Amino acid sequence: MSIYEYNGSALIAMAGKECVAIASDTRFGVRNQTVWREAQKIFQINNKTFLGLGGLNTDIWTLKETFRFHHNLYALREERDMSPKVFANLVSHVLYSHRFGPYFVSPIVCGLDDDNVPFLCGTDEIGAQEITHDFIATGTAVESLMGVCETFYKENLEPEDLFETISQCLLAGVDRDCLSGWGAVVHVLTKDGITTRKLKMRQD
Amino acid sequence: MENYEQSFNYENCLRNEELTKQGYEKKKQRKTGTTIAGIIFKDGVVLGADTRATEGYIVADGNCEKIHRISDYIYCCGAGTSADTENTTALISSKLELMRLTTGREPRVQNALTLLKQYLYHYHGYVSAALVLGGVDFKGPHLHMIHPHGSTSTLPFLTMGSGSLAAMAVFEAEYKTDLDEESAKNLVHKAITAGIFNDLGSGGNVDLCVMKFQNTQFFRNFDKPNKRKFSRINAYRFPKGTTQFLEEKVTLLRKNLVIENLDKNNNNNDNDNNDNNDNNDL
Repeated sequence: MSIYEYNGSALIAMAGKECVAIASDTRFGVRNQTVWREAQKIFQINNKTFLGLGGLNTDIWTLKETFRFHHNLYALREERDMSPKVFANLVSHVLYSHRFGPYFVSPIVCGLDDDNVPFLCGTDEIGAQEITHDFIATGTAVESLMGVCETFYKENLEPEDLFETISQCLLAGVDRDCLSGWGAVVHVLTKDGITTRKLKMRQD
Repeated sequence: MENYEQSFNYENCLRNEELTKQGYEKKKQRKTGTTIAGIIFKDGVVLGADTRATEGYIVADGNCEKIHRISDYIYCCGAGTSADTENTTALISSKLELMRLTTGREPRVQNALTLLKQYLYHYHGYVSAALVLGGVDFKGPHLHMIHPHGSTSTLPFLTMGSGSLAAMAVFEAEYKTDLDEESAKNLVHKAITAGIFNDLGSGGNVDLCVMKFQNTQFFRNFDKPNKRKFSRINAYRFPKGTTQFLEEKVTLLRKNLVIENLDKNNNNNDNDNNDNNDNNDL
């Protein structure tokens, strides 16, 4: 068994028209036993950047704090927030510095840059970046999530339509994965603000 | 010898080894199961690469960039673990840029080659980057390949990665000395295409980079031989309200600060005020 299947996770990020959305399941389990149904896997870094972390829960929280620390230092020194692109490079750098003893996480970074152009980036456990313009998925349910995203996704969706699309992708995707589900949360980020919704979904 | 130890952190190694002992397998890292190739022609060098990145047998990225910029006139194709190829080339690129600024001279290809091979040899092949390095400096065109262990060879045409056999077959059949630019581009294109179609680890599109003296042209997606043949006529549409939710929280971002103009003589310049307000938002 892979250590990635110890806790289980499912995450998607999607780009719309001047907006991005990021969604995750909220199950925290230890192998087949579900321990908690309200685990957080998406973290808001600043007003325009979100970080989603899939993989081993202990590493998720260690890294989340590491990234927060580096972001805060940057914000204090530069007197501005990190852009999503810079933050993605930070994630890459921290993960690659653990090249020979990695953290077992698969992160996705999404956000809006200064011109409100969506930015999406995923990396592997040692920080190889993959920048996409449509959607990105990760976690134990990645195969089924990629499948539904490929069929449901459309370009230039408005925030409300993007919410429906990403939610339906997540709900359909986690149905084919035992280790994720049991609740879901979706954040839609536009230039005006952030809408966070907890989805009603099957609990099995 | 420079101290590279500072760049890596080994604090998780013991823990991860323990997990492996307990039966948790290692995850497959993202690789560039790759076809990369380069040839020397009459006036310079042509580099080529496919665009597929794989994680096991899953295509992790169908259109990634494998030709990395080292300096304006030196480029480098990478095969192997993608994190390694990206970070190794970026590290050497930044070293050469610092060198360029301190010496005021364009870095030479030999310089990049030495830095890369010393770095890779230092890690005894654990940094698994297989590179094709090409560039044109004032000494002429240069083409080298660097293996993950740090050995290098210098040849007029070479290929690397899992698709190297397919690409080399094309080169061996058709390579001639002193090709002109157009036929050189076509030959590399043909070699990469051979890799894309005959090697499972390679796929996607063809990237090319043509380097002549003080002149570099990078052709991202020079050819797209694998376009999707159809698109859905009626795309899925979810009407608003399809997804039910239990809770909703809306956080509005801080609005622009409005600074009122207290100068009564200047009340007519409303537009100016708005422009100023935009600048006040940080």
